[in-house]
Amino acid sequence: MSELALTLVRLGFLTLLWAFVLITVLALRRDLRQPAEARPLGRERRAAKAPRPPKPPKVARQQKVKGSKLAVVEGPLLGTIVPLGNVQITIGRAPDSTLIIDDDYASSRHARIYPSEGAWVVEDLGSTNGTWIDRTRITAPTVLPVGAPLRIGRTTLQIQK
Amino acid sequence: MTIPADVLAPLAQPARRQPSRRNLELVLLVFAWGIGLLGCLQVSWANGEDPTSQLWIAAGVVGALALAMHAAIRWRARYADPFLLPVTTLLTTLGLVMIYRIDVAAVKRAILNGNPVPTPAAYAQLTWFAIATALFIAVLVLLRDHRLLQRYTYTCGLVGLVLLVLPLAPFIGTTVNGATLWVRIGGQSFQPAEIAKILLTIFFAGYLVEKRDSLALVRTKFLGIGLPRLKDLGPILIAWLVSLGVLIFQHDLGTSLLFFGLFVCMLYVATQRRSWLILGAILFVIGAVGAYYAFGHVRLRVTVWIDPWAYADDQGYQIVQSLFGLANGGILGAGLGQGFPNLVPFASTDFIVAALGEELGLTGLMVLLLLYAIVVERGLRAAVGVRDSFGQLLAVGLAITMALQVFVIIGGVTRLIPLTGLTTPFLSYGGSSLIANWVIVALLLRISDRARRPEAIVVSPDDAVTQVVRRP
Repeated sequence: MSELALTLVRLGFLTLLWAFVLITVLALRRDLRQPAEARPLGRERRAAKAPRPPKPPKVARQQKVKGSKLAVVEGPLLGTIVPLGNVQITIGRAPDSTLIIDDDYASSRHARIYPSEGAWVVEDLGSTNGTWIDRTRITAPTVLPVGAPLRIGRTTLQIQK
Repeated sequence: MTIPADVLAPLAQPARRQPSRRNLELVLLVFAWGIGLLGCLQVSWANGEDPTSQLWIAAGVVGALALAMHAAIRWRARYADPFLLPVTTLLTTLGLVMIYRIDVAAVKRAILNGNPVPTPAAYAQLTWFAIATALFIAVLVLLRDHRLLQRYTYTCGLVGLVLLVLPLAPFIGTTVNGATLWVRIGGQSFQPAEIAKILLTIFFAGYLVEKRDSLALVRTKFLGIGLPRLKDLGPILIAWLVSLGVLIFQHDLGTSLLFFGLFVCMLYVATQRRSWLILGAILFVIGAVGAYYAFGHVRLRVTVWIDPWAYADDQGYQIVQSLFGLANGGILGAGLGQGFPNLVPFASTDFIVAALGEELGLTGLMVLLLLYAIVVERGLRAAVGVRDSFGQLLAVGLAITMALQVFVIIGGVTRLIPLTGLTTPFLSYGGSSLIANWVIVALLLRISDRARRPEAIVVSPDDAVTQVVRRP
C-alpha cells in the first residue's frame, strides 16, 4: 500500500475515534439534560425511609424558619425525626413521600408542610380522613406552630425547635 | 393563601418514561466494531500484506460477542445505560488490535533473529474476551437485582480478603517480576486481586450502608474540620493496614494504592464528611513515606520516576522506552503498525497505553482517556439515579475503581506518578483483568437498569383502601 494511502487511513482512523467520542458525548448530553432524580447519599441519614422531594419549592426564600425538625410523637413511627430545611415535606403512604406513613388511616398523598414567611405551613392534599391540628380539621393551608400536635391518621407529629 | 403551581407540579407528575435507547446502543456498537476492524486492516496494510482470513474470522468473532452482549441487555436489562457497552467494547477492541499489532512485530523480529515464532497473544486475548462475554451475560441473567449482593456483604469481604492474600500461599502463589500477585493452578495463572477488587467493592458498599450513621458522627471540631470519633477509626485503620500488608508482602504497589484509595473514596461518599478524605490522605502520606524508607523496591520506583535517564539501561529502561515511544508518536501518532511499540518490555500488558500512544499519538490517547471518563461518568450517573443506598455506593465504588486504576497506570506510564504495576482496564493483555472489568460493566448495567426503569407510581388506588376514621 502506498505511503499516501497509509497516511490517509491513519488520519481516518483518528477521525473515526473522535467521531465515536463526539457522537457518544452528544447523545449523552440529552441524557444529562433530563432532570435527574438525584438524591445525594447520606442526606437521609436520620430517616432512612424518607426520600427527599424531587424539587425544592420556590416559595422558600432564604429566610429563617422557626422549628428545625418534625418529630413523630405518637403512632407506629414514634421517634422518627425528619430534619426540616427550607424545602417542603410531603407526608403520606406513597413511596415517594418525604415521610412515608404506613397507616391504614392515612392517604397516599395526605398532607404537605412547607415553609412560608418564617413559619411552617401545613396543607391537606385532599386526604380521606383529614389533617388535624390538635382537634381542628384544617381546610386551608394553616400555620403550624412549634409544638402543636399535627394528627394524620393514627400518627401525631410535632414541629420541634 | 395561593400556592405557586410549580410547588404542586412534582406531586401531580406521572412517572417519567425514559427511552431505553437500545437502538442507539446497537448503532454505537457497530461503529465501535468497525473502528476495531479498520485498526486491524491498517496493521495488515502497514505490514505490507493482505489481511489474512484469520483476521476476518477474529473480527467476526468480536462482532458476534458484542452482539451477544447487546442481546443479553435487551433481554434482561432493557433500561440499562446505552453508552457503557459500546464504549467498553471499543476499548477492548482497541486493546485487541494493539495486542495483535505487537504480535506481528514480535513474529517479524523472531524471524529476523532466527528465533522460534512466539505464540500470538491476540488469540489468547480473544478467548479471554469470549469467556468475559459469557460471564457478562451470566451476571446479567443470574443477577436480576443488584440488591441481592447486599446479603453477601460479609461473605464477599472474606472471600475478597482471602483472594487478596492468596498469591502468598505456598505452592500456588507465583512471583513474577518481583511482585507476588499471581496464582497458578494447573498451568493456568490468574491474578486474584482483580476478582478481589469487585468482591471488596461489594463488601465496602454493604458495610458502609450499615455503618455510615455512626461513621458520619462528629465529636470534635479541629481547624474547622469535624473529626470522627476515635472508636470509629477502626475500619479505615484496618483498610490501611491491609493495603500496607499487600505492599510489604506482595510488593504490589498498584493494588495496595487501589484498595486504600477505593475505601477512602467510598467512606467519603457514604458519610459526606471531608474529614475522612483528609484522614485518608494523612494515612497515605505516612504509609508512602514509611514504605519509601523501609523497602528497597518502593525506593527504586521513586528514584527511577524522578530521574529515569540515569537508569536508562537497567531499571529505567522500560519507562525511558515508553517515553521515547510517546515522543515518537507525537500529536498524530506513527500510525497503527508503523511505530516500534515492541521496544518497550511488557508492551501488551503494563505498557499498552505507551504502545497506543506511540501509534495513535496524543490525539488517540485523548480518545482513550475520554472513553474511560465516559465509563466512569456513566457509573456515577447510575449511582445518582438508583434509589437504594447500597446500589448507589456499589456503583460509585465500581466507577472509582476504574478511575483510580486508569489514573495509577496511565499516570505511571506517562511518568506523572511513580510507576506501579496495574493492568489498564479492557486494554491490557490478561484474562483476569479483562474478565473482572467486564463483570464490573455488567454490574453497572444492572444498577443503571434499576435506576432508569420507569417506576409505576400508584397514585390513587391506594386512597380507595384508606379507612375512614371518626375523630373524637
